[in-house]
Amino acid sequence: MRIAVQEGPFDLGAEADAFARGRCVSGAIVTFTGVVRDVAGGLKAMEIEHYPGMTETALTEIATEAERRWALEDCLIIHRHGTLAPGEMIMMVATAALHRKDAFEAAEYLMDYLKSRAPFWKREITGDGAEWVASRDEDEAALTRW
Amino acid sequence: MDVLYFAWVRERIGLPREKVDADVATVMDLVEVLRAREDRYDAAFSDLSALRVAVDQQLADFDAPLAGVREVAFFPPMTGG
Repeated sequence: MRIAVQEGPFDLGAEADAFARGRCVSGAIVTFTGVVRDVAGGLKAMEIEHYPGMTETALTEIATEAERRWALEDCLIIHRHGTLAPGEMIMMVATAALHRKDAFEAAEYLMDYLKSRAPFWKREITGDGAEWVASRDEDEAALTRW
Repeated sequence: MDVLYFAWVRERIGLPREKVDADVATVMDLVEVLRAREDRYDAAFSDLSALRVAVDQQLADFDAPLAGVREVAFFPPMTGG
């Protein structure tokens, strides 16, 4: 398991390659990457605040629970904070399992819990000013399926 | 204990963290002490359904006990991922 909370960018290709390479037990590797989107147009930047200390603890607990629920050989979470431009990658998760069902489900579980149980807060900066991104009821509801 | 604020709670109260010495048994008691201080605190804590709390960096409820606790944090619902 590797957990990384960082301000700087990560290299998706290098991270995915390093995670997948040399595995003999796992037949399935799933990766997911979240990108700063600008649906309405006019987004200048996305600021991500976090709670140093608790963030790492929460992510480790979420990953540990995923490894307990599914037959994972390994998992990876990288999450950025600070100021990001539209199109930049915010975060990625990767899971390695014997079979793809476990790898996909565990990756979805990691994403669902990252959304509303890891102490990150997003703020969108546009020409009109700055606004905190509100949490979505769907994200909270998504946890009930696990 | 150290009391930390994040996101719009931090902005509304106007500081990221402070030391609070108060004889409080639960998170709710601490909230009442803070609300009584100044309007900016009262405004930040006016709707507790819009807030989450962590006690020693673990998510907790507002009735959580504070005996022996070093750090309490208040923040809006999280928006990671």
